[in-house]
Amino acid sequence: MKTDDLIRAIAADAAPAPSLQSRFALLLGLAVAAAATAFWILLGPRDDAVQSLGQLRFVFKFVVTLSLAVPAIGLVLRLVRPGAALGIWRIAILLSPGLLALGVALELAALPSSSWREAMVGENARLCLTYVPLIGLAPLGLLLLALRQGAPAHPMRAGAVAGLIAGGIAASFYAAHCPDDSPLFVAVWYSIAITMLTVLGALIGSRLLRW
Amino acid sequence: MSERDAEWAALMRAGLAGDRAAYAELLAVLAPVLRAAARRGLVRAGMPANDAEDVVQETLLAIHLKRQTWQPDQPIGPWIRAIARNKLVDALRRRGRRGREVDIDDLSDVLAAPPEADDSLTRDVARHLDGLSAGQRQVVQAIAVEGVSIRDAAARLLMSEGAVRVALHRGLAALAMKLRERPE
Repeated sequence: MKTDDLIRAIAADAAPAPSLQSRFALLLGLAVAAAATAFWILLGPRDDAVQSLGQLRFVFKFVVTLSLAVPAIGLVLRLVRPGAALGIWRIAILLSPGLLALGVALELAALPSSSWREAMVGENARLCLTYVPLIGLAPLGLLLLALRQGAPAHPMRAGAVAGLIAGGIAASFYAAHCPDDSPLFVAVWYSIAITMLTVLGALIGSRLLRW
Repeated sequence: MSERDAEWAALMRAGLAGDRAAYAELLAVLAPVLRAAARRGLVRAGMPANDAEDVVQETLLAIHLKRQTWQPDQPIGPWIRAIARNKLVDALRRRGRRGREVDIDDLSDVLAAPPEADDSLTRDVARHLDGLSAGQRQVVQAIAVEGVSIRDAAARLLMSEGAVRVALHRGLAALAMKLRERPE
């Protein structure tokens, strides 16, 4: 086919395309719904979840997970737009690790060193490593599906950031169940669990998001 | 934003709203710009410039299939440049992977071609159409090569216009994939 012929065919295919944001927003909503469903079926919130909202350590878990998910959403929408500057999101993605590091420092200062180990190991490490990835699996799939509309210069990177979003969402739900509230626990186990989803997202993304 | 950018953006906005004439004009204006850039890029990488047309076609298809990634309130130049660069890099990478085993056949191919013959412009990539389903191929061929309208294509192929549209869109997506995954 000559290029002029190709242009004729492409022009004939001109039709209003649904915007990337609206499709992403739809699938993000489905991703949250999927995570919520998996969470309610598999775990459910802990009994004192509502009363715990007054406790700093409990609330801090959500601050960490949501401050990861939200900037990751902003970042991924830039990553899949050709030529888009990453802007503030490049920095904002460091917000969650930064806050977590601060929380760890405060926790280390607050607790006697004899109880650091106990706070870090907690009661539920294995549960965390099992359920955060499990709850995040369907959201990751939905997000990657949404990103197929995009055109990332680095498919693996975009897939990894999708994994961060899925991990942030899944960990936000899981945090409502888990009795371990110490930032030391969060820093170790949540990080590993979210990293698992990030690696998975990178692996799938590097194939699925090529264009 | 440059004047050229504003003009392209206006055409693209019209195209996104379904204005085929404006869309065709945009693509026609872009093709020579993309061609010059692709040639420059290939030559700089030490590769024959007559591969440029494949890169141009791939870029045009990507611009079309990924048009929803452009935000109408943003300049369009950087968006187009990023897509074109991506497609050029893809082409170079595909070449590079095979580059280690460049053999004499490749070279004779290049040497045999008349140096200034602009065969790239008229080169038929019908070979790429064989990745399409029979229905898609018929539709793409009728509309692209023979230049018939969607309505006429539908009448001729005994399909509904909707089915022709779907076949055309899927055919273009399949063509883009075929170009992307061609072994070179």
